[in-house]
Amino acid sequence: MGSGYEVFLEGDNLARLLGGLWVSVSIALAAMAFSLVLGVPVGILMTNRRRWVRAVLQGYLQAVRVLPPLVLLFVFYFDLTYAGVNLSGQAAAVIVFTLWGTAEMADLVRGAVTSIPRHQYESAQALGLTPVQVQASIVVPQSLRRLTPLAVNLVTRMVKTTSLVVLIGVVEVLKVGQQIIDANRFDYPSAALWVYGAVFALYFAACYPISKLAGYLERKWQTA
Amino acid sequence: MDWTLVGDYLPLYGQAALLTLAVGVAGIAAAALVGLLVAALRYFKTPLASQLAGAYTELSRNTPLVVQLFFLYFGLPKLGVVISATQCAIIGLAFLGGSYMAEALRSGLDAVDRIQPESALSLGLTRWQALRHVVLPQAVAVAAPALTANVVFLIKETSVVSIVALPDLVYVAKDLIGNDYNTVEALALRVAAYLLLLQPISLAAQAWERSLRRGIGV
Repeated sequence: MGSGYEVFLEGDNLARLLGGLWVSVSIALAAMAFSLVLGVPVGILMTNRRRWVRAVLQGYLQAVRVLPPLVLLFVFYFDLTYAGVNLSGQAAAVIVFTLWGTAEMADLVRGAVTSIPRHQYESAQALGLTPVQVQASIVVPQSLRRLTPLAVNLVTRMVKTTSLVVLIGVVEVLKVGQQIIDANRFDYPSAALWVYGAVFALYFAACYPISKLAGYLERKWQTA
Repeated sequence: MDWTLVGDYLPLYGQAALLTLAVGVAGIAAAALVGLLVAALRYFKTPLASQLAGAYTELSRNTPLVVQLFFLYFGLPKLGVVISATQCAIIGLAFLGGSYMAEALRSGLDAVDRIQPESALSLGLTRWQALRHVVLPQAVAVAAPALTANVVFLIKETSVVSIVALPDLVYVAKDLIGNDYNTVEALALRVAAYLLLLQPISLAAQAWERSLRRGIGV
């Protein structure tokens, strides 16, 4: 029997592996979509004039940042059952990554908004623009340019971090890989090398283009 | 919450926290070395080595630590490369962290005017001397926030090493839950342990950043 890459040709192993990757990528995309929607208003609130609003949001951001995502996953997946909330692995993952992504996204939004120098607001006002016009034609366009590359980068971080969901029992690419390795233990003794190598390559293939896009956007808009 | 139970578990968590810290420190030190090497190779545009360093950076930054660890720990033995769980965790952290450290250093290196290393070289310093005495002190000071952020990031990433059966904080908590079903206490202690571990590091990092910046008068 073969001992190497032929393991991918057995049955629909390759398709299953790709399906597994899609499970983690879809969790990342769902969480990212929620994070975008929630992160923008939260980020704008972070620039609020009221001190307590900023303090509460900073507390949230710090809490989510200091704790490893894995710990949060365990809390939502295992701890919440004691409160009578039984979440599926996927649901727990989407919630945790949304919590995390919203905090990160909000911080990026805050950074982008506060990076616009004060004098631009004042000049715009002096030229007679209304507050809405200031936002629409000065703050938002510039913020978006600073924000987009960073947000795109957040997607790759999200995809990479979702690899943790294997530890709360979600059947994603690593789990499928383990299953393939175990099922072919006798026919393909060195399947582990190939399968985990393939998982490595698959993650790279998923994240590399997104990283490149982020880098491209950053360079393109830097001088503008 | 059963507090006597918390007392019973505490020593176990102490040990696990020490292990997390030890693996973290060793991994971060190794990552810093890898990062320095990679950043230096790319800074001086050493032919071939510079491209290899670039490829490594992309590979390392675009794959998750879990996947890297699985490959190192379960895949490589099939090639005859067998490493212990501790070695695997440290190598994994070095592989992952090396590129993050390199990128942070590179942003610092780019901030130092090119005329400085050129002047140093023309004054007869070797490349390493120019790097060590002229460019790096300034680059590290500029890159300090990014470097310290990486340190905290890498300590957090150590939470993943339990998958190669290293008895760190995550592992101990999982173990205790499996044994006694005291999930609430086990997880609360783990969250507390991470906070106790990371908050001082985070504060120390900030203090280090400030002292560095004072040092070069930024």
